[in-house]
Amino acid sequence: MAERRGGKGSGKNAAKAAKHEAKASDKGAAGTREAAPAARLAVRKTYKLYLGGAFPRSESGRSYPVTSAGGEHLANASLASRKDARDAVSAARKAFGGWSSRTAYNRGQILYRIAEVMEGRRDQFAAGLGRATGAGPDEADRLVSAAIDRWVYYAGWTDKVAQVLGGANPVSGPYHNTSTPEPTGVVAVLAPQNAPLLGLTSVLAPVIATGNTAVVVASERAPLPAVDLAEVLATSDVPGGVVNVLTGRVPELGPHLASHADVDALDLTGAGDAATEFEQAAAETLTRVVRPGPDADAGEDAWLDPDPGTARMTPFLETKTVWHPIGM
Amino acid sequence: MPVPQTASAPEATTSRELRAFLHGLPGVDEVGARARAQDLATRSVKTTAKAQAIDLAISMVDLTTLEGADTPGKVRALCAKAALPDPADRTVPKVGAVCVYPDMVATAVEALEGTGIGVASVATAFPAGRAPMEVKLADTRRAVADGASEIDMVIDRGAFLSGDYLKVYEEITAVKEACGDAHLKVILETGELVTYDNVRRASHLAIRAGADFIKTSTGKVSPAATPPVVLVMLEAVRDHRAETGRKVGVKPAGGIRTTKDAIRNLVMVNETAGPDWLTPDLFRIGASSLLNDLLMQRTRLSTGTYPGPDHYTLD
Repeated sequence: MAERRGGKGSGKNAAKAAKHEAKASDKGAAGTREAAPAARLAVRKTYKLYLGGAFPRSESGRSYPVTSAGGEHLANASLASRKDARDAVSAARKAFGGWSSRTAYNRGQILYRIAEVMEGRRDQFAAGLGRATGAGPDEADRLVSAAIDRWVYYAGWTDKVAQVLGGANPVSGPYHNTSTPEPTGVVAVLAPQNAPLLGLTSVLAPVIATGNTAVVVASERAPLPAVDLAEVLATSDVPGGVVNVLTGRVPELGPHLASHADVDALDLTGAGDAATEFEQAAAETLTRVVRPGPDADAGEDAWLDPDPGTARMTPFLETKTVWHPIGM
Repeated sequence: MPVPQTASAPEATTSRELRAFLHGLPGVDEVGARARAQDLATRSVKTTAKAQAIDLAISMVDLTTLEGADTPGKVRALCAKAALPDPADRTVPKVGAVCVYPDMVATAVEALEGTGIGVASVATAFPAGRAPMEVKLADTRRAVADGASEIDMVIDRGAFLSGDYLKVYEEITAVKEACGDAHLKVILETGELVTYDNVRRASHLAIRAGADFIKTSTGKVSPAATPPVVLVMLEAVRDHRAETGRKVGVKPAGGIRTTKDAIRNLVMVNETAGPDWLTPDLFRIGASSLLNDLLMQRTRLSTGTYPGPDHYTLD
């Protein structure tokens, strides 16, 4: 996988990570290409799932064609199956203990690192977003900047959310009484259908910032930016399994994620018409649910607010209250 | 391939005869055993067959707790789970037995009274087996006196590996005698036996010495119940039956944590020893966390939704 990622030519950040040694040979190849312009085969990327820190194809072996906003064929993306969703939940559950017990400060560093690595690949993201949504170069660039800033924003929140949402409670008795927010567990995120990068980032970042682990179903029509983002996550010190990215159809994956007893919360932003049905299924196992907002089906522009606040973090937090007797 | 007649067990056992018999056994084709086990693991067991396999596997589980931190409370909780694995679904069969340390036998027997579930106790200075013979026998007698219906003894691997087969043989016969009516399972601790040839020899040695079951491991040594090892042991009981008509059970223990692993073992039993062994009387699985996975898979089949581990008791 590392070769595939490196070979794709990930932009300017290559010097940062040892994993990107392949870059050197890439440049060499570029030099040769100029000398002999005719003879080079196109190196196309296989868009795969991101499960437990690895990039497997769908267990079902299926894929589906992804087209640009203009209808031109871009690539074949993996068509995840119910079993891929199950594996993703297992991977997320396995990663939860480690990720949630990291210090908030450390999670903040890692989220900031995601921003750093994305910054180095911003041309790739802008080009991908342009193809996926038809955004012009300037607009795509603006959206990529906003997505990167979103990671920085939530990186800042990681070690502050406890002060804002928790605190010392006044109680009538000889006790210290404090409340702290804790992550709820595995969160299944149905990412916005029409906002494949900024929208995806805006729903994913708050989930993992507070220590949850996530299973993300990317936009069905425009899944490629999500796979590109997965490659960033894989090289940004985010432990494997903290984010699992599935590409495929919401009607196929959604019901299984919604009814899965090991999914603790469900973000239905990209659920479309099935949102109510999923919410009912989720209720069977007392899964927390975030309903799609009014702008759920709008484009990337709906996610541009630079200060989204804690609204997307609080639904995925549990409050722990501790009563501690005061010595008499 | 059945063991050739020339390798028949000697009636009066001397060290020399025992050695001649064990070393006369055909060697195990290691690559072949691995390939066969791997090949059998590819069988697809789905839907109704899977539901049947899961229920069979649950009835074969020796629900085990063998930890230094065991308490009477934990043993009682385990016994409650053994009798009613899934309180939300009374159609789930009860497990094969509960397996505990000797000092917990009385607690387990009391907790299981009236359920028909037997108590298996490890004995003979489990897991190392490094204790004087009198201690091992006292250990066994005490467990039986407290009500254990099955005894899981460990063999002296040191004696076995240094070639002192007679010592191992005599220990097993002595413990068998101390067991009285209780069934004797002999733990070979295959992870310490180094080669598959040794596994085959130890299996035959234990069978000839009177074992009712041969068991792979203590669960304290890794690797434990690997598929090729279980295969070799199943071949040993199959060959013994072909020769004498007596059926000896097999119990893999250690490392079997998922329904998939358990079903693979059942496939191996069916294809190697034969369908006669597909009963809790002749095949057991020593496990603790396996039961929860079996229950979850069972729920998955009956409800169509994926269950979560939070909804089941901790071991």
